[in-house]
Amino acid sequence: MPFDALCNNLRERFGSDSFTTSEFRDNRRIHISPERLLPFLKTLKEDCGFDQLSELGGVDYLKYPGARDRFGLWYILLNTTTGERVIVKTLLNEPDLTIASVFSLWKGADWMEREVYDMYGVIFDEHPDLRRILMPEEFVSFPLRKDYPLCGRGERHNFPVITRAES
Amino acid sequence: MPLQQANTLAPLENADQEFLWTLNFGPQHPATHTTLRLILTLDGETIVKAVPDIGFLHSGFEKLGEDLDFNQYVTIVDRMNYISPIANEIAWHHVIEKLMGIELTPRCKYLRTILGELARISDHLLCTGAAALDLGAFTAFLYAFHQREVLYDIFETASGQRFHPSYTRVGGLAFDISDDFVRKVRDFVKDFPKTHGDMCRLLNRNRIFVERMQGIGVLSKEMAIDLSSTGPMARASGVVRDIRKDEPYLAYPDFDFKVVCAEEGDCYARYLVRMEEMLESLNIIHHAIENLPSGPVNVDGDSKAVFPEQMSVYRSIESMIHHFELVMPNRQWTPPVDEVYGCIESPNGELGFYVVSDGTGVAYRARTRPPSFIHFAVFPYLIVGHQISDVVAVLGSLNIIAAELDR
Repeated sequence: MPFDALCNNLRERFGSDSFTTSEFRDNRRIHISPERLLPFLKTLKEDCGFDQLSELGGVDYLKYPGARDRFGLWYILLNTTTGERVIVKTLLNEPDLTIASVFSLWKGADWMEREVYDMYGVIFDEHPDLRRILMPEEFVSFPLRKDYPLCGRGERHNFPVITRAES
Repeated sequence: MPLQQANTLAPLENADQEFLWTLNFGPQHPATHTTLRLILTLDGETIVKAVPDIGFLHSGFEKLGEDLDFNQYVTIVDRMNYISPIANEIAWHHVIEKLMGIELTPRCKYLRTILGELARISDHLLCTGAAALDLGAFTAFLYAFHQREVLYDIFETASGQRFHPSYTRVGGLAFDISDDFVRKVRDFVKDFPKTHGDMCRLLNRNRIFVERMQGIGVLSKEMAIDLSSTGPMARASGVVRDIRKDEPYLAYPDFDFKVVCAEEGDCYARYLVRMEEMLESLNIIHHAIENLPSGPVNVDGDSKAVFPEQMSVYRSIESMIHHFELVMPNRQWTPPVDEVYGCIESPNGELGFYVVSDGTGVAYRARTRPPSFIHFAVFPYLIVGHQISDVVAVLGSLNIIAAELDR
């Protein structure tokens, strides 16, 4: 289904002002509010044939030029029969960093959502096992946020310094 | 959100299941090959539940991607899947060039195709060879590693670096290849089918090998799609998808090659798919090296995307300014302020980068879609109900590279 037809189809179902679209190179994006995300993705999966969640990731727009929202999430869906892709984007703001988990639609979302939680602190509602995946469990910050410094915060300050004479 | 303890055993901790016991597999275990840990719940020797625990090799690559410029970060992506580093470089610069709208020269496209396919052979040789090694077939492993040594030699001839070539640059390659490279690739194309045949004869009908692989870790087609698996994993389960065919990039439209698929979805099918893919890759390399276009390897210098030739930097003021502008952190490239997702068919599956650009030469966000990470999430579904000795067979067929898994 071409992108325009897909969008018209979705507009009929969800209302004409429910989402906006944008394109860049061959990326076709649908921007939608976080509350509507889950039913929207469900429609895309069940009625439009996007059967694979190819990629899920997030970004912190804190220092992005002209950005008004803090966090962005993207869901890249793939139709494995026709090879079409569509990117669904949504924006989140503090303090409510909660969004519905898509684990019920695609099991592949499990670890990808855990990684986004680990790196940005976005909480996925009804995720079966939302805990840190790459960082240690006792870690308290969210390292890919833009207000987290590249060299870390506090991790290195407590390292014991061994001088040559002592060793 | 407060931190919680890992909930690995919660549903099983009741009295009538006290016979279950827990086994830690890894993080340092010869059969995991890299540092990853599995918490296995066992009933006798049968696995009831497997919980992977990863992150031992996490080193903040994506954070570094937000600090290093497009050409510097290539040295980091190299270290993600260090079995086929050049495929990562090609993926990274494929996305950056997509972001900036650069069309590569035909010679560069062919060279990147050749290198990418050599990387695929290198990766598949390690995967099949190490899988054989874990199951007790030592000879095939040695044959595979002999050819990998030849491949490393080829990468060294091209880039000057054996293991982490860092060979691609925005808009081209670090430098053109020599005649020696062409000769070595031709030799490899001539010699490799013999090794491949030897490996096939050693393994394909080897009863121990086949019985430990066949019917183990079956991934159905529906599960493969649902769990986001791609590449040889998905193709072995009957998902007919190859990004080289479906979303062609580089010089792949010029070549005739088959997409190798199987339907069984077990470890043996994944092994066979990898073995056949090597021959298809060899075919592509053969056609590409014989039809290598002449001409420049980098895009036009006027585009200000590539470094000028070294001698002209010394001799002309324009080239010197141009070079200077590309290395100064406040000048560099000026990509559009937008975001783009691009992917290639890496040996392991779909390797993608999602780059958010704020108009500078450094990515604002460089998200990797790592195939190992996605495929390791499949592991608990594959291993349940099998014996403990099947863990190594399934792990070997997934080809998990921990550096890419944890980044």
